[in-house]
Amino acid sequence: MADPIHQFEIHNIVSLGSIGGHDIAFTNSALYMAIVVVGIAALLVGASSSRALVPGRMQSIAELSYEFVADTIQSTAGKEGMKFFPFVFTIFMFVLFANVIGIIPYTFTVTSHIIITAALALLVFLTVIVYGIYKNGLRFFGLFVPHGIPIYILPLIVFIEVLSFLSRPISHSVRLFANMLAGHITLKVFASFITLLGGFGIAGMAGATLPLALVVALFALELLVAFLQAYVFAILTCIYLNDAIHPGH
Amino acid sequence: MATQAHTEHPGGKPQFPPFNKETFASQLIWLAVFFIALYVIIARLAIPRIGGIVEARRDRVEGDLAEANNLKEQSSAAMAAYEKSLADARGRAQALANETREKLNAEADKARRSLEAELNAKLAQAEQTIAGTKTAAMANVRSIAVDTASAIVERLTGAAPAASAVEGAVADALKR
Repeated sequence: MADPIHQFEIHNIVSLGSIGGHDIAFTNSALYMAIVVVGIAALLVGASSSRALVPGRMQSIAELSYEFVADTIQSTAGKEGMKFFPFVFTIFMFVLFANVIGIIPYTFTVTSHIIITAALALLVFLTVIVYGIYKNGLRFFGLFVPHGIPIYILPLIVFIEVLSFLSRPISHSVRLFANMLAGHITLKVFASFITLLGGFGIAGMAGATLPLALVVALFALELLVAFLQAYVFAILTCIYLNDAIHPGH
Repeated sequence: MATQAHTEHPGGKPQFPPFNKETFASQLIWLAVFFIALYVIIARLAIPRIGGIVEARRDRVEGDLAEANNLKEQSSAAMAAYEKSLADARGRAQALANETREKLNAEADKARRSLEAELNAKLAQAEQTIAGTKTAAMANVRSIAVDTASAIVERLTGAAPAASAVEGAVADALKR
């Protein structure tokens, strides 16, 4: 049976030496990040180059994603949230393209590595803290003190609020990472059943249609998950940014 | 699954690739590079361009709608003006017709009245003439009757009666 973990391995394409004892190399992960960036640029910049009043197919998709992200920000963080439109749009497109490209067989999924999702989640987390304090000063910490709570349970509530705030980057990053990882492992396991059963002659081949059908269904599900997780990652980013913009509960 | 062997690891210890710390530095560096590159592309190129397209379209649609409204108002104003002038013309035509009718009626009346007056005058004149003729005739009749009566009496009696007596008898007879 094929190793379902093999697809997550990172190997060097070009080694660039080391910094502080860490190997630095252009890896397959970096290659797929480059593909993601080029793909997004081709869609958003290339397809809109004609600036057609009546958009073509690709320009329609570019406009659709633009307006989708813009609407998401405005509905969760209000008009002021549009300050972060480039940031959220970049995160959404990056995660979406990484997820969707990763579904294609024999490709590498950038977002199936915890270090990538954690870096993105921490970027959002730090942006929220830095912007929240810059914009609201100490009032930002009012985020942890809900109104209308009796004074004797306030310390407990504040403790819970702080804890939930600190755990945000963990849930934010693990959700995306685990979804991508589990989905790809499941696909690989069921796909390897097909070849395994196919080796047992005619009866095996007939039996292999079941995992084949399952793989087709899982593929559709994984496509949905790829979109959904990119959307969830982006909308959580918006909700967290909203806390930085409007810290009052 | 997570502990499955993977042979490429140099330490010989099987390791789950997403938790392999040796790859973290590379991934973070390339993530930073490509994420910043993507951010610059999106913030500097994609958003101004797509935003411009969307805005231009919205402006165009709003402009077209405003123009359509404008034209609609113009056409309804022209319609109202047309209907007003039609009503005016109808009113004028009616007034003119009334005026003409009244004028013609008045003229006809006048002509009739003058004709009636003329006929009345002629009638009166004719009646006067008849009355004159009748009076003259009556006078003639009396004298003829007196002459005839005196002639008859003279023939019958042989003597001429007194003229006053004959005249009185004739007058009595004419009165009957």
